[in-house]
Amino acid sequence: MELLWELLVAPLEYQFMQRAFLAAIVVGVGCGVLGSLLILRKLALMGDAISHAVLPGVAIAYLLGINFFIGATITGVTTALGIGFITEHSKIKEDSAIGIMFSAAFAIGILIISKITTNIDLFHILFGNVLGVSRTDLILISILGFLVIVLTILFFKELKLSSFDPIMARSIGLPTDMIHYLLMLMLSFIVVASLQTVGIILVVAMLITPGATAYLLTDDLSEMMVLSGVFGLVSALVGLYLSFHLNVASGAAIVVVATSFFIIALLFSPQEGLLVSKEQ
Amino acid sequence: MEESIWIEDVTVSYGTDDPVIERASFALQPGSKVGVIGPNGAGKSTLMKAIVGLIPLDQGTVKVLGGSINQKRKYVAYVPQKENIDWDFPVSVYDVVMMGRYVHLGWIKRPGEQDHQIVSEALEEVGMLEYQERQVGKLSGGQRQRVFLARALAQRAEIMLLDEPFAGVDQTTEEVIYGLLDQLSKEGKTVVVVHHDLKKVKKYFDNLILVNKEIIAYGPTQSTFTPSYLTQTFSQKSTVVQNDLVVMT
Repeated sequence: MELLWELLVAPLEYQFMQRAFLAAIVVGVGCGVLGSLLILRKLALMGDAISHAVLPGVAIAYLLGINFFIGATITGVTTALGIGFITEHSKIKEDSAIGIMFSAAFAIGILIISKITTNIDLFHILFGNVLGVSRTDLILISILGFLVIVLTILFFKELKLSSFDPIMARSIGLPTDMIHYLLMLMLSFIVVASLQTVGIILVVAMLITPGATAYLLTDDLSEMMVLSGVFGLVSALVGLYLSFHLNVASGAAIVVVATSFFIIALLFSPQEGLLVSKEQ
Repeated sequence: MEESIWIEDVTVSYGTDDPVIERASFALQPGSKVGVIGPNGAGKSTLMKAIVGLIPLDQGTVKVLGGSINQKRKYVAYVPQKENIDWDFPVSVYDVVMMGRYVHLGWIKRPGEQDHQIVSEALEEVGMLEYQERQVGKLSGGQRQRVFLARALAQRAEIMLLDEPFAGVDQTTEEVIYGLLDQLSKEGKTVVVVHHDLKKVKKYFDNLILVNKEIIAYGPTQSTFTPSYLTQTFSQKSTVVQNDLVVMT
């Protein structure tokens, strides 16, 4: 018992670990909640796209000497708009538009970073650096996470209808395009907030895996979002402990934990589990 | 009496050279049960979408209840075809029917006591109350159709537009839907139904719109459901035998 207590408490003695835990909690919950909507709207790839698209924003923000959260949000949203524009104004379908835009944005980011001398550590952006979360970072992360969750709760009804039946949504006058871009804005927020915790490459796992796990366990949207948030939270916490005690990369550890939950749900979910006998 | 739906000179082309609907005009009275009849690809669904304001018009005017659709959305319930619905979506039957109340609630506001009352009544009317907690995909085709009808009922609209509500449903559902539509029209609501089965047209509808890109005819069923109009509509020679049997040759 004492050993377990020791294992749990030890990391919290360091201030950088306290901040890491708080950041991971915000990111875990925020990604989980928003990810549920992405899954249901078949926008999982969009999560990947936006996360890669923030790279040039980070680089440009460094060039201009502004906070990288601002640059990242701008390029994230711009890419979402670009994808929407290509899909609507040409015969290119959304999956191809996503492929084109996100690799282009990513490439521009790499170009800038390779050309300028910065102290941007590409490895940290790609894979996260949760131990380097500063006080200011933590405040920004919390604001972004809070915004995402509040917007989801406020517009729950509209998000639900426009995801389930967009035609009906439009027939009662809901601006479904605006709702889509609101979602993309929220997605950019949460991706930017996740940069330090899991990094660009793995953030898509935080968006999709907890939501997918929850989806296997419930038939109710609000339950799915709450469960997904819980899975995101627990994955983030357990992953950070593993990272601390085993001295492994935090983002990767978090994603591995989240994936373990998913596999367990896939096999043993009471309704959907592959290893559960269905009697109905 | 004021027309509930009034459209004049409406053309819809989706931006192509080949209009799907060309210069359509008609007017429908409150309390009428209207069948929209025509061959596949005749523009029946497009006509409905034009009324609900889901697609841009190349030209022409649509008025509902004397105003524009944007002013009157609350009073127009639309039941589209369901090919794009994800039946694994985590919503219950009850949730889906509650969506009929959203147009009255407006942004952000949550459903109140009265909304819950109305949803329960709508479920009762279509005989789906006992399934209210069921996930919506775990229903038969007919039951799903009844749930979507209940959603339209919960909207408490003056105009009901239904796109092929009888397609692929069981006998019970067909009777439930017909009974409700009949009752709604007796309450003075306007019921417009896209229908592609010519059987039962005479029983189901008191007015018809015959459409094949253009409006071939509209008006009372007895004067429009005739061999010459049907031949024109379906570009096939047809004979109406007895009351409701149509033979096409």
